[in-house]
Amino acid sequence: MMSAMRRGLTSAILAWSLADIGAAADIPPDDRRSGTTVMGPALQAMQNDDSGNPAGLWLADGQALWDERNGDADKSCADCHGAAATAMKGVATRYPAVDPVSRQPIDLEQRINLCRTTRQKAPALAFESRELLSLTALVARQSRGLPIAVAVTPESRPFIDAGNALFHRRQGQLDLSCAQCHDDNWGRHLGGAVIPQGHPTGYPLYRLEWQTLGSLQRRLRNCMAGMRAEPYAYGSPDAVRLELYLMWRAQGMTWEAPGLRP
Amino acid sequence: MTRPLINVPKTARRGELVEIKTLVSHPMESGYRPGLNGQIIPRDIISSFVCLHDGKEIFRATLSPAIAANPFLSFFWVATTSGTLTFQWTGDNGFSVSESVDIAVE
Amino acid sequence: MDHDSCRGRRRFLIDMARLAGGAGIASVLVMRPATATPAAMAEAIRQTVGATPPKPGRVKLEIPPLVENGNTVPITVSVDSPMTQQDHVTAIHVFNEKNPQPYVISVDLGPQNGRAMLSTRIKLADSQKVMAIARMSDGSLWSDSADVIVTMAACVEDVPG
Repeated sequence: MMSAMRRGLTSAILAWSLADIGAAADIPPDDRRSGTTVMGPALQAMQNDDSGNPAGLWLADGQALWDERNGDADKSCADCHGAAATAMKGVATRYPAVDPVSRQPIDLEQRINLCRTTRQKAPALAFESRELLSLTALVARQSRGLPIAVAVTPESRPFIDAGNALFHRRQGQLDLSCAQCHDDNWGRHLGGAVIPQGHPTGYPLYRLEWQTLGSLQRRLRNCMAGMRAEPYAYGSPDAVRLELYLMWRAQGMTWEAPGLRP
Repeated sequence: MTRPLINVPKTARRGELVEIKTLVSHPMESGYRPGLNGQIIPRDIISSFVCLHDGKEIFRATLSPAIAANPFLSFFWVATTSGTLTFQWTGDNGFSVSESVDIAVE
Repeated sequence: MDHDSCRGRRRFLIDMARLAGGAGIASVLVMRPATATPAAMAEAIRQTVGATPPKPGRVKLEIPPLVENGNTVPITVSVDSPMTQQDHVTAIHVFNEKNPQPYVISVDLGPQNGRAMLSTRIKLADSQKVMAIARMSDGSLWSDSADVIVTMAACVEDVPG
């Protein structure tokens, strides 16, 4: 009953408060800002201190997993790739990328799982499992400071466009699109919080609300729950297309993973 | 089990002020929070942290449910002699984790 | 923040206030769960350090005045002390007014620490006063306090429907 009441009232209030909002316009490239810039100095310091960012606990696990032999192939990541610090530099800035076999975009988590199933002959790791987040964080960490550089090719373009359409599509019981908050109203307040532009520069990241590390897909599911829309299933084509569009939208911005957000 | 993260310089001069930072993996479940079924999730916290230098206590903290998940503690120590710094966290449900690092003091 | 036992209702009211664009409404509408109180904090302080009230001074409590998420709030407590055998800090205690209970952390210090300084991260269930108290080797007690506003993150995790 409570949830029904909540939906009804929030819908009514939101419809009223957003009634005068016009059409979406993309953010000019020079005006793009990482979510880091809307955090207070204390949280920025926590993010930027390697010995204080709680994500460090996952990085240490990721390094142990990188070196651990696994699966029927009895191979570790290091057996094929060598040291993560050199082999994985820049990799995270290029995902999601179109997998040449399936011709579908896959994100970094899915790429790691593809390696596990095809190279290590090991079972795929579950989305949001400690193991998959740790390995993803380790790989992502090696690109910190580099510009986001997803490939824009005839193969990837249709999926970027599909993600763009999802970003601008009104959905859910509040009839909201991603763009209404993150293109049209960034910098304004939603309650006590500043609305960020929604650039995925720091994933996986430690979200204080979660009290744990989490993926971009988890964050998108939170957004959609907030919009009273049906969240995309982990690993679903829509989820990955939206991730790809968000990375394209942040093309050239500085990679910060593993980040920290409120 | 995720290992704690310890940040201590590997070497220090005798008498030098050294900052010690620690992070340990733990949910710090307060015991006041309802789960999805509406029932209160039982308390599960780290209640005690001790740092020893060659077995001698140099810092102690008593933690409450108001300490954030994945507890972070940083404090100072005046480097005396080369030795081993040992860190021990203990808490509810038999939680006990320990980690050691060596420091060379010249 | 997850401390209260009526989170669902509180969340709902905050959502309403938030979506209406008025953060101020939340502080009026929020139903308060049973929590520590200023009186409970005062009693906890008496039990920990004794009946003599600490004097303001010598202690510096650093905490963001505007907290973006009460789940993890960085704090640093430092005390003006030479940290010698003759004159040092023996303990630092931190208390709060409105979490479910008033204790936050206590640490034992001595001349071996060289600098009387502690950093950690705490949970704050609501906007409230936080107090840090230091006990010196001569038995004197000093304190600092800060009033903190706790806001909430937008688009928090929720079970749809």
